Amino acid sequence: MLKDQDRIFTNLYGMHDRSLAGARARGHWDGTAGILAQGRDWIIDQVKKSGLRGRGGAGFPTGLKWSFMPKASDGRPSYLVVNADESEPGTCKDREIMRHDPHTLIEGCLIASFAMGAHACYIYIRGEYIREREVLQAAIDEAYDAGLIGRNACGSGYAFDLYLHHGAGAYICGEETALLESLEGKKGMPRMKPPFPAGSGLYGCPTTVNNVESIAVVPTILRRGADWFAGFGRPNNAGTKLFGISGHVANPCVVEEAMSIPLRELLDRHCGGVRGGWKNLKAVIPGGSSVPLLTAAQCDDAIMDFDWLREQRSGLGTAAVIVMDQSTDVIKAIWRLSKFYKHESCGQCTPCREGTGWMMRVMDRLVRGEAEIEEIDMLLSVTKQVEGHTICALGDAAAWPIQGLIRAFRDEIEDRIKARKTGRVTAVAAE
Amino acid sequence: MHSETLPPEAEARLDAILADHLGMQGALLPVLHAVQAAFDHVPAAALPRIAAALNLSRAEVHGVMTFYHDFRDRPAGRRVIRLCRAEACQAMGAEALARDLQDRLGLDWHQTAADGSVTLEPVFCLGLCACAPAALVDGQPLGRVTAEGLARLAAGGRP
Repeated sequence: MLKDQDRIFTNLYGMHDRSLAGARARGHWDGTAGILAQGRDWIIDQVKKSGLRGRGGAGFPTGLKWSFMPKASDGRPSYLVVNADESEPGTCKDREIMRHDPHTLIEGCLIASFAMGAHACYIYIRGEYIREREVLQAAIDEAYDAGLIGRNACGSGYAFDLYLHHGAGAYICGEETALLESLEGKKGMPRMKPPFPAGSGLYGCPTTVNNVESIAVVPTILRRGADWFAGFGRPNNAGTKLFGISGHVANPCVVEEAMSIPLRELLDRHCGGVRGGWKNLKAVIPGGSSVPLLTAAQCDDAIMDFDWLREQRSGLGTAAVIVMDQSTDVIKAIWRLSKFYKHESCGQCTPCREGTGWMMRVMDRLVRGEAEIEEIDMLLSVTKQVEGHTICALGDAAAWPIQGLIRAFRDEIEDRIKARKTGRVTAVAAE
Repeated sequence: MHSETLPPEAEARLDAILADHLGMQGALLPVLHAVQAAFDHVPAAALPRIAAALNLSRAEVHGVMTFYHDFRDRPAGRRVIRLCRAEACQAMGAEALARDLQDRLGLDWHQTAADGSVTLEPVFCLGLCACAPAALVDGQPLGRVTAEGLARLAAGGRP
């Protein structure tokens, strides 16, 4: 288990003072000017050495991403954009950072922006986060007043401005290029890549988009050393990570743990175990709604990191663990996700706009068992035709949970169809 | 599209909002947020004026306004209840809660009671998954809501 002294987010639960004075007492904003004085290359090198991989879902190495930014400006400014549009169902980790430990994020924004030569940073926060927005804005104002950011950030002579931008309730704006479009005041429709944001992003200028957690951990990594951070987790899956556990556990919670922690240990130690005991477990969605679920058998030796879950044809995603016990109607749970993706498809690419609707309508009938057995394969083929054929990953995200469901629970779908045909009333749990 | 015009005092407020945002890059979303904050919705009659001020086409402004779920084209009820409909909340019984509240109020999603007392809206994930089921009542996030609690809130009780 992660020791208390190794936690980066020491005020995750809001038990302490979240103001600047409180953050300083917990060691944040300590020697920030000294970190900046080490130079851009040193910072990027340290982040690379720490093995930090993006915390927003895709797990791309953060240091590598930063190194794509131009070393010298060609006349265009560079931007850092922080993706705080945390909208994935089940994901509730970034909000804890923003409302209880906002200064970790603000300090991270300064250091990351400096490392990329960005004098302006935008935090794009989703519209539904009301308190988080207030707290974060208050913390930004505090940092300005204390001279930590602004024209002469931390007395380093570096000019840095931080802006908080509110979203307006569109899940798709969590996709990095859609987020940039939205920041520019347009509809949040993803752009084709390439060009990648590092070449042409916000207002056509070099831009890096990072998740809140990826940025907020950076100051502590630089203070404690890349080796310290790299010491947690299996190789290639370094560091500590916030896990958000919800659903059928005794105590749902958000907790910082070392990467590569076994799933069972995570649930037993921090959440009081699965409701009704481990044997009562039916399935787990390990990384937010867009990754395929794990069956109970897979959960027995599941390791929570990028590579292990990838090998199991699932993914760590945002590490939002949704636990479902035996009382769950898993088909209905996945139908709900299909409905969500249909609702949130931006409508730009045909496979996603039409496909999410098709998938939802077939799922709708599967929930009630009003389908033919062959339609399961038809549904699977529809998901394959959506997957990989869209501009952004929303199409994939809509397809993967259904593929996971069919892989793991085909029997249950077939049983329901047969039961419906023979007229037997099956025991279908309400929720 | 409605061709109604804004009352003069509303027009003055709109112009003040637009003046505040002139010269800002990507000003459309902040403007729409400010208009909704001032009027409780984005009046259709305001769109041409916003378009002219920001040098955008009406179609662009209409497109952006209708793209984002948070912007309303008509005033909401005095109390707005947004129920979280996402996975974690569903696992904790949000579906039954929603049905109960809908039956109680006789409202479907996005509908406002005839007397203008309450509006019911779905929302996908408030990020309160650890204290599901969750709701947002007049902008205030609430965790572990119950059917009785929601009924009380819908009747105008304090959150």
